Amino acid sequence: MIDKTAIGSVFTGLVFLLLAVSPVIFGPLFVEHAAAEMFSGIPNLPPSAEHPLGTQSEGRDMLAIMMSGIPATLSIGLIGGGAAMLVGSTLGLLAGYLGGAVDATIRTAADVMLTIPTLAVLILVGASFPSISILGMGLIIAATAWMGPSRVIRAQTLTLREREFIRIAKLSDRNWFQIVFFELVPNLIPILSALFVNAVATAMIATIGLEVLGLGPRNTYTLGNTIYTALYYTAMWRGMWWWWAPPVVVLVALFLALFFLSKGLDSIANPRIGGASLWRS
Amino acid sequence: MFRRILNRLLVFCLTVWLALTVNFAIVHLTPADPIAGILGRMGSRGQSVEGGNAIVEFYRATFALDQPLIVQYFSYLRNLLSGNLGYSLSYFPQTVNDVLLRAIPWSVGLLVTSVAIAFVVGNLVGALGAWQKGRSIFKVLTYIFMTISAVPFYLLALILLYVLAFRLAIFPTGGSFSIGSARDFSLATALDFIHHAALPVLSISLGLVGFWALSMRGVMTTVLGQDYIAYARVKGLSEKTMFTRYGMRNAILPQVTALAIDLGQLISGQVLVEAIFNYPGVGTVLFNALRTSDYFVIQGVVLFIVLTVSLAMLIVDLAYPLIDPRITGQRAER
Repeated sequence: MIDKTAIGSVFTGLVFLLLAVSPVIFGPLFVEHAAAEMFSGIPNLPPSAEHPLGTQSEGRDMLAIMMSGIPATLSIGLIGGGAAMLVGSTLGLLAGYLGGAVDATIRTAADVMLTIPTLAVLILVGASFPSISILGMGLIIAATAWMGPSRVIRAQTLTLREREFIRIAKLSDRNWFQIVFFELVPNLIPILSALFVNAVATAMIATIGLEVLGLGPRNTYTLGNTIYTALYYTAMWRGMWWWWAPPVVVLVALFLALFFLSKGLDSIANPRIGGASLWRS
Repeated sequence: MFRRILNRLLVFCLTVWLALTVNFAIVHLTPADPIAGILGRMGSRGQSVEGGNAIVEFYRATFALDQPLIVQYFSYLRNLLSGNLGYSLSYFPQTVNDVLLRAIPWSVGLLVTSVAIAFVVGNLVGALGAWQKGRSIFKVLTYIFMTISAVPFYLLALILLYVLAFRLAIFPTGGSFSIGSARDFSLATALDFIHHAALPVLSISLGLVGFWALSMRGVMTTVLGQDYIAYARVKGLSEKTMFTRYGMRNAILPQVTALAIDLGQLISGQVLVEAIFNYPGVGTVLFNALRTSDYFVIQGVVLFIVLTVSLAMLIVDLAYPLIDPRITGQRAER
């Protein structure tokens, strides 16, 4: 039985998500993508009919920047979160189901990686490889974010593998690969979807942190890059709120969306603890 | 017990070794010679390169550049383990150690204050929310703080900076002291110091309160179901005594042990908050080093963060059974 608050939580998440991507949907009605180019408009204009969100100091239209920045940030989050989820949950499944030396190795690796602050590794990589693509960025983030999913999935697998249907599968001569991927995985789908949303949020916090430090992809506009340039050109000190506020507002909406989605999906996956399994660990 | 300590020490050594090796690998994977590139950039910006020779010398000695890769690796490890992190490129005659030592007290102070405030407020709100039956202001507060904690520190910092420093002008926009103020042991200096630290502390603790409130609510709900609470109620103890002596006292222990779990993430967030408020801690040092491509400072800060976080987590893990005798060996989640 799925309770109403879980549905409400998912719904709130979707509303915030819609809010966050609305510049991408409605932006093209007002400006063209090309307006994000350097000096395509007069620099430092406050919002007006021609530039609904104004222009920044390089003469780029802010709404046009948002239109390309939101999909870029989302795709880094999706690539990073997706890859982290895939790797993490596979390792968690193997550790939980096979146990023994495999379990010990994977757990030690996860413990070691959990101790290293993500941002520290990312900063070193970012500072050493100045030109990084969106895909590269996503994959680096994934390498530092797989441990969370692997722990949760391992714990879930440990309880599932003692169940009756697994014993039956073993007796009917299925090998471990079939049991893991055809018997265990389908039962984990609800928790996997909650984990995925969580992994996307983790990936986005890390990439945007890196971008705000000026270490993001150079040739693409992302939300974090925009905050970095706004800070670099001291937009806040010059009273240009239309420069730094749009990326901040969109990001807050995006993080709230991910929070409510993951909370809702989590309580659908674990009804008894009311959606606190990911937040209390 | 002995096995567990040994195991934990092994993880610690593995972590530090891995961090050092990854750092070495990254330097050697980079296609260009970082030092030549940095010196070139410094020259083209008109910065002083007088220290250039000393830097090149140090680099050559650290990485034993004319030796085979394996020799380079070991001489690099030896150098770092003896605490030699090299020279800063932008503040040349100073070493990375000088720059770091000046910044560390600021960062530690900021971290400890913010975590302490978030711990006290979060636990009180969460505990009262679980304790009071029916509708309660603390239940609502728990939800509000939880929602806020979904937003990363640096976004909270930007919003607070704009509202409280630029619009309302209650707090200064950055730094650690007013420019030109005397830094003595007077009340005015202390107030100036607190005034400047308020916004960075607020950004971090606001983002943390939710975690403590939520987990306290969970722990307190469990405690409330215990027999000794029912017994205390039957004895006719006052609500206040029951809350502090029977409830809080038992619920706070698991919370203390949870203090260090997310230290890595916390420090990552603090780096950006410091940079936004230009607070003179390790984060701002890192931010400026990234802007000027001060490679040795970047490397020094990163290694410092890795080392302190793993050390703190080692200490907390080993101290678990001492703080809470109910934990014998394994963490509850495993």
